[in-house]
Amino acid sequence: MTQTKGTLYKGREGMWSWVGHRITGVGIFFFLLVHVLDTSLVRVSPEAYNAVIGAYKNPIMIVGEIGLVGAIVFHAFNGLRIILVDFWSQGTRYHRQMLWTVMGLWVITMIGFTVRHLMLFLDGWGGF
Amino acid sequence: MTTTKSDALLPAQGIEAPRSGRIDPKYLRNGFSKSGSFEMAAWVFMRVSGAALVVLIFVHLAVNLLVGEGIHQIDFGFVAGKWANPVWQFWDLTMLWLAMLHGGNGMRTIINDYAEKDSTRMWLKSILYLSVIVIIVLGTMVIFTFEPCLLDNSGQLLESSPSFCQNV
Ligand code: HEM
Ligand code: HEM
Repeated sequence: MTQTKGTLYKGREGMWSWVGHRITGVGIFFFLLVHVLDTSLVRVSPEAYNAVIGAYKNPIMIVGEIGLVGAIVFHAFNGLRIILVDFWSQGTRYHRQMLWTVMGLWVITMIGFTVRHLMLFLDGWGGF
Repeated sequence: MTTTKSDALLPAQGIEAPRSGRIDPKYLRNGFSKSGSFEMAAWVFMRVSGAALVVLIFVHLAVNLLVGEGIHQIDFGFVAGKWANPVWQFWDLTMLWLAMLHGGNGMRTIINDYAEKDSTRMWLKSILYLSVIVIIVLGTMVIFTFEPCLLDNSGQLLESSPSFCQNV
């Protein structure tokens, strides 16, 4: 590794993982606000709930769901990395290796999820 | 990469802790500052709730999206089937409270970071706290007041009722 000039943090892995953690956290938070509201439609009527939840089964939303799960999986794995950095005695030493582990596990999880989600979606899809 | 090289990159390691003892109390980590104990509890809560949420949310996503017919299975009857089981009621309740408090506390940190004007910060945080309370109360009431087998005006079971309603 080469000696870097200037700050040790700005523009490096630590900064980008922090930016990613922050953006995914905000995104999930706003999703959850809407999600509790749409679930609460079960108290209005079965028709109202089914109509709104039907929107989740349209191809554009399927892409959105893959994005949402991608955000959750990154935030979750990177959150576990943050916890290890804080509590594991070797955490700060291996923070960078752990970030690459997070990215690797993210790619594997997302390939699996995307394939499964798309296949189930196409199976039951009635077309446009 | 060897550790010696990365150690060499850390300039702060060569600096010794101040020995004079003349440190502003707000920088001491011994629990004497007023906001300190709350922020410390919030910091611990973010980590404990985060670890629990991994399990709660991953199982939620797996059960709702990856087994059975996946996304197509989700309708009123599916929710009724899940909430007929107290385990899923408790699961969703815990997930709701932990995720909203964890996310709400994270949003509080972000507002503190970016909203520099006192009045802006106050307004944004008031809106945040109000939304968190409304969503937690609403979500909790929905889980516990849910009624799967609804009747129409003439006392007939609604057509869209889940099939297990026929047997009760
Ligand atoms: C596309 C992905 C998702 C789908 C299709 C989905 C679907 C559902 C469904 C059908 C319910 C009704 C009850 C149940 O099944 O347990 C529900 C409730 C709930 N979900 Fe999700 N969910 C998704 C993602 C998430 C995520 C990412 C979170 C957490 C951040 C979450 C948190 C909750 C909570 C807290 C409830 C209970 C709501 C209440 O108390 O009224 N869900 N979800
Ligand atoms: C899936 C399991 C999750 C884990 C392991 C996790 C872990 C963490 C950790 C360790 C932090 C850092 C706290 C700190 O710096 O003191 C954090 C921050 C945050 N989390 Fe989560 N979290 C999870 C789920 C969620 C959910 C469901 C939401 C939204 C409802 C959320 C929203 C946030 C926000 C907004 C922040 C603040 C980010 C910042 O300050 O830059 N997280 N999370």
